[in-house]
Amino acid sequence: MTAATAAFGAKGDASPYLDDVVKKFVLASIFWGVIGFIAGDYIAWQLAFPALNLDLEWTTFGRLRPIHTNAVIFAFGGNALIGTSFYVVQRTCRADLFGGRGLSNFVFWGFQALIVMAATSYLLGGSQGREYAELEWWLDLILTVIWVAYLIVFAGTLMKRKEPHIYVANWFYMSFILTIAMLHLGNNLALPVALFGGESWWKSYSLFGGVQDAMTQWWYGHNAVGFFLTAGFLAMMYYFVPKRAERPVYSYRLSIVHFWALIFLYIWAGPHHLHYTALPDWAQTLGMTFSIMLWMPSWGGMINGLMTLSGAWDKLRTDPVMRFLVTSVAFYGMSTFEGPMMSIKAVNSLSHYTDWTVGHVHSGALGWVAFVTFGSLYYLVPKLWGRKEVYSLKLVGTHFWVATIGVVLYITAMWISGIMQGLMWRAYDSMGFLQYSFIETVEAMHPYYVIRAVGGLLFILGSLVMVYNLYRTIKGDIREEVAMGSAQTARG
Amino acid sequence: MSIFKSHQKLETNVFLLAVGILLTVITGGLVEIVPLFTIESTIEKVEGVRPYTPLELAGRNIYIAEGCYLCHSQMVRPFKDEVERYGHYSLAAESKYDHPFQWGSKRTGPDLARVGGKYTDDWHTRHLVNPRDVVPESVMPGYPHLLRPLTFTDAEAHLKTLRAAGVPYTDEQIKNAKADLQQQADPTAGSDAAVVGRYPKAKVADFDGNPKVVSEMDAVVAYLQVLGTMVDFTTVKPESLRR
Repeated sequence: MTAATAAFGAKGDASPYLDDVVKKFVLASIFWGVIGFIAGDYIAWQLAFPALNLDLEWTTFGRLRPIHTNAVIFAFGGNALIGTSFYVVQRTCRADLFGGRGLSNFVFWGFQALIVMAATSYLLGGSQGREYAELEWWLDLILTVIWVAYLIVFAGTLMKRKEPHIYVANWFYMSFILTIAMLHLGNNLALPVALFGGESWWKSYSLFGGVQDAMTQWWYGHNAVGFFLTAGFLAMMYYFVPKRAERPVYSYRLSIVHFWALIFLYIWAGPHHLHYTALPDWAQTLGMTFSIMLWMPSWGGMINGLMTLSGAWDKLRTDPVMRFLVTSVAFYGMSTFEGPMMSIKAVNSLSHYTDWTVGHVHSGALGWVAFVTFGSLYYLVPKLWGRKEVYSLKLVGTHFWVATIGVVLYITAMWISGIMQGLMWRAYDSMGFLQYSFIETVEAMHPYYVIRAVGGLLFILGSLVMVYNLYRTIKGDIREEVAMGSAQTARG
Repeated sequence: MSIFKSHQKLETNVFLLAVGILLTVITGGLVEIVPLFTIESTIEKVEGVRPYTPLELAGRNIYIAEGCYLCHSQMVRPFKDEVERYGHYSLAAESKYDHPFQWGSKRTGPDLARVGGKYTDDWHTRHLVNPRDVVPESVMPGYPHLLRPLTFTDAEAHLKTLRAAGVPYTDEQIKNAKADLQQQADPTAGSDAAVVGRYPKAKVADFDGNPKVVSEMDAVVAYLQVLGTMVDFTTVKPESLRR
């Protein structure tokens, strides 16, 4: 049956949508997610026990860390974003993917090939030396081609929609795709050595240097957070939270206000990564001011997500998938309060360069990004494979608690180690000398690095429970179990 | 409310929505980045900052490839404790030839902006091979593989690329790139070597203690030893730092 002959939205028939490619993205997201989590936890153990660097060039922290960050952000997060966007855009537009199987599969396989090439490049030391933009110039070009194809599929599907309105989730996906394209092109302006007759074909030098380069990189870096890890995942929230709660989005007007305010303000926040550096003060102050303002639209989004549960709060007790989704929005609210606070120069003077930043990133990345993805996957997998529900909701609950304890261990350890290290660096003794040598502050981190790595391990274990649960779901199994919350209901 | 009514135009037209998004997200970057190229006081006028020698540049490229910036910053902030711990706070001018910048964002290890001259070459070499030989509590990885010979046969092309990006390498520097690289690691060359003439105050030494080969270690240590040493802060006048 071709998509054109199918009655869109009709029940019972085979899906009129192109879901094979969505399935592939879902599986890829899970696969890379687990790899990225393991890579992250391994380097966490390296900081506690440096012998784990193995004295081999390919296994040092410096080479593995970009693999971890890129794997979780772009491979796990990216596949989840592209996959869900293809799922959501088809359903909210009542149209199948523009470009058909060919173009969407090109996006899929191109993206996976890029991930493999990128990881290989990092292992061998091919890196631009820019955080979250380590891809060398030739990989940047490949990504550009894939991204343009992705934009064509997504925007093309919006163009042929049968619904008069473009649903709010698609605004967020659209801003994510367009802004990431802009940031990617702007931040990766580089001159390959090969252009000047060099043999080092993989190597390039950034077009900008020093202070201008720093500003450009953090304009990119902070908005990789703002548009990849926030706008894109807010799109997921705007589709999957109402779907799972079976309630409409709380406020349509709030979604308009918070969408435009969020994307306008986010882009200015980059300089808060450069407080008290050689970046001119005017730029730092501008970055701080906008970062603080950003708190408001961020919480606008959180409120819109949470309040969507009005009248359905009981689902938190009975539906662990809902728990993942709601907790993710709560973590989003927490990180988007912590972020503006840390962007205040006085706070930043303490927190910058310490583990507090690492903890902040992970409360967002694990608590918000990963949790909203897990919740969406638990909703999506049964739908895509035509199952009534996941194999076991109990196991979803297990995953939830194991992962949550892991996240809490992680972020509390990093708060303590970060604030402690910041205070130790600036401590003076009674004679007026610096109280601690640098290495003493490194030593003091050890117990917290162990706790953090244990937290990460729990997070991995939770994700493995998910892998098993989703595998059984896809196989078509349903575990016999008493519905959650039913005991309490029986008691009255 | 009318504003929400007119929003329907954006919601029903993909093109308008895309243009609206692009206009909204482009402003911040333009306002924050473009003036950094046009406002003259952005980069202080101080003497002494020169392009890296070919050997230092090779070392810098290894520094980038190994991801050193993930644990070491190169940016001393203007705080009493930092200035006492590391030295004079960093100037924008000191990294003006850094493509890419390596200011970093995390100090799992100490700041390296002024590490040049603080330790001996021998200390650096031992430390990089196995950090715990000299700092028992260190959590840094060992880099024994840096002892292998350095491959930087296309040094000229690297210098040319950087010149196109705005680093003022002279024709002479580019022409002599390979020779300069060899000479800087040759301890018999002395402080009046041609490389020092082309790159003032460049340190000439057998950095890794192995005179037979120019190793990656030679390059990395040469880079570390130049960090933060180009500007002579005993002669810098406060006016030149004013912004």
